[in-house]
Amino acid sequence: MSQAPANPPPAKKAAGGRKFELSEELKAYKGVWVIVEQERGKVHTVSYELLGEARKLADKLGVEVGAVILGAPGPFINEISGEAIAYGADVVYTVLDAALAEYRTEPYSKVMTDVVNTFKPEIVLLGASTLGRDLAGAIATTLLTGLTADCTELDISPENRSLAATRPTFGGTLLCTIQTLAYRPQMATIRPRVMQMPERDGTRTGRVVEVTPNLAEDIFVTKVLDFIPDSDQEEAQLAFADIIVSGGKGLQKAENFKLVWDLAEVLGAEVGASRPCTQAGWVTSDRQVGQTGKTVRPKLYIAAGISGAIQHRVGCENSDVILAINSDPNAPIFDFAHHGIVGDALQILPALTEQFRQRRLVNRKAS
Amino acid sequence: MHIVVCIKQVPDSAQIRIHPVTNTIMRQGVPAIINPYDLFSLEEALRLKDRFGGRVTVLTMGPPMAEASLRKAMSFGATDAVLLTDRKFAGSDTLATSYALTSAIRKLHEEEPVDLVFCGKQTIDGDTAQVGPGIATRMNMQQLTYVAKIEDVNLDSREITVQRRSEGGVQVLKSRLPAMITMLEGSNSMRFGTMDDMFRAARTPLKLWNKDTCVDDEAKVGLKGSPTVVSKVFVPKPRAEKAKMIEAEGGASAQAAAAIDMLFTTYPKLANDLVR
Ligand SMILES: Cc1cc2nc3c(=O)[nH]c(=O)nc-3n(C[C@H](O)[C@H](O)[C@H](O)COP(=O)(O)OP(=O)(O)OC[C@H]3O[C@@H](n4cnc5c(N)ncnc54)[C@H](O)[C@@H]3O)c2cc1C
Repeated sequence: MSQAPANPPPAKKAAGGRKFELSEELKAYKGVWVIVEQERGKVHTVSYELLGEARKLADKLGVEVGAVILGAPGPFINEISGEAIAYGADVVYTVLDAALAEYRTEPYSKVMTDVVNTFKPEIVLLGASTLGRDLAGAIATTLLTGLTADCTELDISPENRSLAATRPTFGGTLLCTIQTLAYRPQMATIRPRVMQMPERDGTRTGRVVEVTPNLAEDIFVTKVLDFIPDSDQEEAQLAFADIIVSGGKGLQKAENFKLVWDLAEVLGAEVGASRPCTQAGWVTSDRQVGQTGKTVRPKLYIAAGISGAIQHRVGCENSDVILAINSDPNAPIFDFAHHGIVGDALQILPALTEQFRQRRLVNRKAS
Repeated sequence: MHIVVCIKQVPDSAQIRIHPVTNTIMRQGVPAIINPYDLFSLEEALRLKDRFGGRVTVLTMGPPMAEASLRKAMSFGATDAVLLTDRKFAGSDTLATSYALTSAIRKLHEEEPVDLVFCGKQTIDGDTAQVGPGIATRMNMQQLTYVAKIEDVNLDSREITVQRRSEGGVQVLKSRLPAMITMLEGSNSMRFGTMDDMFRAARTPLKLWNKDTCVDDEAKVGLKGSPTVVSKVFVPKPRAEKAKMIEAEGGASAQAAAAIDMLFTTYPKLANDLVR
């Protein structure tokens, strides 16, 4: 694996978000890149969310947005390139080789290292998915540069034009802003659903640059023997649900979680939960919302019997509307929910279910 | 078989409190634990040792008090432990940390060739998931992250087959030793240590290493060796407004009715989604 350092030792390294001057060599790094994750022709939506974010950063810097698509040559590559442009890319780099058909660390990090060293982007963004985190950790090491993981906010620092990447730390108790000053590219991973999905604009145009790495398969040690798709796609549904009804420890026992399922069914919603509920086995762990679970941003998030601990909050606070039901008027969830009901969730959930059901009947009759 | 397991001592973050006046972390009295994600990797390493023999070395970089975590790991069954500690390491980010740990693993490798390195999938305090890949890249080892199951290890052909969690499914990967593995949470559960292991853990001297023991290039560790700088630490700002409370006389059903009315009038667009 090529270990060629992209970065000579920094001439002068300033601390903090202060003014500082990049070396001439590092000034050559231009543009904001997103590595578009596609697996078997399917693009992870976090990549489009990141293109929206990259667009904002690039506009502040006055540079281009680049999208990098890696994979085996195939008809869907053109389609994905078009989508990347529609979501904000100015230039798409397609890196195509049979060895890139399935994600593997070794070939992916080899070609990404070379492509970054050739085209020199100043910022490289990846989703904090299993692919993105695996690849980012590897190429930040081959490129010997800074990587900030799991960011929730990205900005350009006006003092030094560097990426200011903000992420939760200490289990979400605190936020910290991290910068990579005297090294390029600046790298960050961002969790799915943290950033807003940008508007798709089919009229946008952009260039496509084809890169053919000519990889020799026999130099790669790890082989993919098989891929077993998940039989239930529940995970994806929670992350992209428009409406989520979540239950917490306040529901007191496993049987009461049925009240959450009932309301979700009437609303066509997905069911979420706080960590104690998944740990107690009341619901499966893929339904956990929060720092160690899923980040969600539905149009409506109903939280019943959830205290609103910071680790839960970070997973749901970007929802358009949060309605909290809690018997304790001082529960922290009321600090960030938009609307609150102080009361017993065991009574309010069935009342909501019943009344939504009636409204739906009325609606059906009316239409 | 020689397996190295990298662990980290972390504060039990559920108990971290922020000083209300100074906005700084109050560390006093916060118990320190082994990063919970590391335990899945440690257990998997111990299982391989049970099956194939050999030894498991636990390695941590941290302050002298991290000794407690190493002794805990030995009490579960790890053979020996290395504490990499030096003031010069303070302020290391993930790139500098992976450099320092790799230096120590290289030294262990000279003593007895290392077949596998295990790291935690991520930590609960830093949460970066980067140190494992950093070590794999530096050691030129095969990188196998998010492993749900080790299907097979063949010490003669030096092949290893694992199931790796990826988006939308599981990859079955055939790879070769030496490899760096991070285990998925829930892939196993930590054993109870035996009485013998507990006594051994209390008695066995740790290897205390510092930068002079194994680090070649001092400029690559600590603040100096870290490309990233923390420019600001702050408490999440509370939302400007607190929740608007929905009040109604007449118990749960009146409250539910008032809530639905509120949703429909305040968010007319949402109403369509709610009663499709
Ligand atoms: C490293 C780390 C990671 C974590 N990650 C996550 C995560 O991803 N997701 C997560 O959710 N948590 C996570 N946690 C746990 C988190 O700190 C909280 O402990 C958890 O979110 C609390 O869950 P809860 O609100 O359901 O339970 P509790 O905090 O016990 O709250 C129950 C609430 O229900 C209310 N209540 C009780 N009875 C009723 C009733 N009849 N009707 C209405 N309300 C009632 C109570 O007033 C209380 O507010 C994490 C913790 C750590 C340390």
